[in-house]
Amino acid sequence: MRKMLAAVSRVLSGVAQKPASRVLVASRNFANDATFEIKKCDLHRLEEGPPVTTVLTREDGLKYYRMMQTVRRMELKADQLYKQKIIRGFCHLCDGQEACCVGLEAGINPTDHLITAYRAHGFTFTRGLSVREILAELTGRRGGCAKGKGGSMHMYAKNFYGGNGIVGAQGQIFEAYNMAALWKLPCIFICENNRYGMGTSVERAAASTDYYKRGDFIPGLRVDGMDILCVREATRFAAAYCRSGKGPILMELQTYRYHGHSMSDPGVSYRTREEIQEVRSKSDPIMLLKDRMVNSNLASVEELKEIDVEVRKEIEDAAQFATADPEPPLEELGYHIYSSDPPFEVRGANQWIKFKSIS
Amino acid sequence: MGPPLRLNQCRSRLGAPPSLPAVCGRVARNPGLQVGMAAFAATAGRLLGLRAAGTEGRLLRLRGAGLQRALLQPASATGDAAQRRQVAHFTFQPDPEPQEYGQTQKMNLFQAITSALDNSLAKDPTAVIFGEDVAFGGVFRCTVGLRDKYGKDRVFNTPLCEQGIVGFGIGIAVTGATAIAEIQFADYIFPAFDQIVNEAAKYRYRSGDLFNCGSLTIRAPWGCVGHGALYHSQSPEAFFAHCPGIKVVVPRSPFQAKGLLLSCIEDKNPCIFFEPKILYRAAVEQVPVEPYHIPLSQAEVIQEGSDVTLVAWGTQVHVMREVASMAQEKLGVSCEVIDLKTILPWDMDTVCKSVIKTGRLLISHEAPLTGGFASEISSTVQLYKRLLSFFLKSFWM
Repeated sequence: MRKMLAAVSRVLSGVAQKPASRVLVASRNFANDATFEIKKCDLHRLEEGPPVTTVLTREDGLKYYRMMQTVRRMELKADQLYKQKIIRGFCHLCDGQEACCVGLEAGINPTDHLITAYRAHGFTFTRGLSVREILAELTGRRGGCAKGKGGSMHMYAKNFYGGNGIVGAQGQIFEAYNMAALWKLPCIFICENNRYGMGTSVERAAASTDYYKRGDFIPGLRVDGMDILCVREATRFAAAYCRSGKGPILMELQTYRYHGHSMSDPGVSYRTREEIQEVRSKSDPIMLLKDRMVNSNLASVEELKEIDVEVRKEIEDAAQFATADPEPPLEELGYHIYSSDPPFEVRGANQWIKFKSIS
Repeated sequence: MGPPLRLNQCRSRLGAPPSLPAVCGRVARNPGLQVGMAAFAATAGRLLGLRAAGTEGRLLRLRGAGLQRALLQPASATGDAAQRRQVAHFTFQPDPEPQEYGQTQKMNLFQAITSALDNSLAKDPTAVIFGEDVAFGGVFRCTVGLRDKYGKDRVFNTPLCEQGIVGFGIGIAVTGATAIAEIQFADYIFPAFDQIVNEAAKYRYRSGDLFNCGSLTIRAPWGCVGHGALYHSQSPEAFFAHCPGIKVVVPRSPFQAKGLLLSCIEDKNPCIFFEPKILYRAAVEQVPVEPYHIPLSQAEVIQEGSDVTLVAWGTQVHVMREVASMAQEKLGVSCEVIDLKTILPWDMDTVCKSVIKTGRLLISHEAPLTGGFASEISSTVQLYKRLLSFFLKSFWM
């Protein structure tokens, strides 16, 4: 069998001139799936939590890897574009937190609804929008998902309600907890705890940093947010809990962001570079997944490198599009303020500048 | 005739030999008749050279000496009990029975609101009503019988959280339901201010029309009631007038309320509907049973006149009507009374056209003077007049 395979591969390599790595891949056997142990979640008001072992198939593994790498490279590209002043305004990057968005999406259905705050690029991607649309929205061009008018914090897609610039202060959250618990709404409240609120560490901002317990009468889980499998299992568990009609549940994902709060924040004035380096070397989510997959023979290093190359190309193309696409026409500035028929006029910076508002 | 004067100009003008009464600008304090009449009495008194003797004369001269000071003086300072009672006086003036909407029924304001909500819930299966205490009928009985008729999934109570009520309303409106939220008193709307201004008003714009919460309507009892004091009497329409993206509506009567509320519910923009609480029981009119719509952003000229335009909304419209009839009777002044109805976006054309005709404008509202909506109206009218006179000059010179 092996001789025949070798012969076939020699013929094919002669004919089609595929790169050597391709031939290697074709002839190597990978495991279909592997079982991994994941960290046990801390529980609040729950008898039992998500399982401590999970099965990852090769297909899923490659998918998650690709998605996380896409989010990572997209965020880094956004960083680059911002520094080149092609992206303006606000830009909150989520590199380091890829396991949260990809793991979450893996645990829910596309028909479930998701809403989040301003660190939303990862979620926008996992909810189905292309990198092109996201980067074009960041650069404020008409190819963007909100036609270039929303920017970094206002990206929307089907079953994804943003991207929101103003986010819930504590009062609003507790009101929401109360209403959700009172009416047993099937809602998962998620706290991506990246240890800092802008520049204030959680120890200095919260009387209790056990955010998963802060729902009080709402049960909670504390999840390792750097391990995508842990996030996936916890999400599946939480989703099942809600779908069974038991009411809301809270999930705290312990994660980390490498960048500062936003592009205006260097990110090192309230934490040390050593801390960032340590997390990067020990708990980087992409690295963790890659190690797991390679060590369990779910994929090879070369294969994953290939995915990296493809992703890089995709991001480059998207950045090219985002830079070259024209900006939305100035006439559209006043659109959609009201839903109005007939269109009405909006005054600009002085009384002789008028915009038409059509919606 | 001179350009419309502002209030402080009026004051200084009164010191000089009387010219044509230029009672303009904003006159706002309490909804009583005293306010409306003080403005007229003072200037008209000086004009006609009234020299009444004794206390009455002192009253008139006192008022004439400083228009604003007189307005600030509480009635009790004059020691007249009858004056004191007049401060909160108004008479509701019903409109004639509408003929074009079919069968009518005698209803007061809260019954008209109930009728509008009933029509809405019947026609639109996604319509829901929620707020504090709405299930048993509401503290003003606006939702009586609706829970029994439409079920507890469509008419339900919320916890005591205005921010949560509006936030929740925005959420279900975004998913497509027709959300009718009740804030128990307009005075309590401020915790929800962030949700209204930052979320509801801007949802459509910031998502590029992908999402919107246009099917949200917020209802709140509004305005003074006599015994309401600080937190059951407020008129916050001016705070919301500053926010593009929402609509703000104040009806003057049961017939208007039902039509305007139904228009707000149908309107594809988030609307705030303020209901003058003093009219809930006091205003009784013939109101059609079937649904009908009164268009938003259209002011109504209730009474035509030629000497001065009076603009008001809500309860104060009835005060202005009475002022107009007293002015006609006692001073021979012909007043044009306009009910603004929609505060945002407001009907500039009707008001400006009227001021072009009469040359004088008086706006009266219950809300505090500084930054009240009258300031917006008066400055727009002044600009309009200036632009118009500029154009007229350039054509006819």
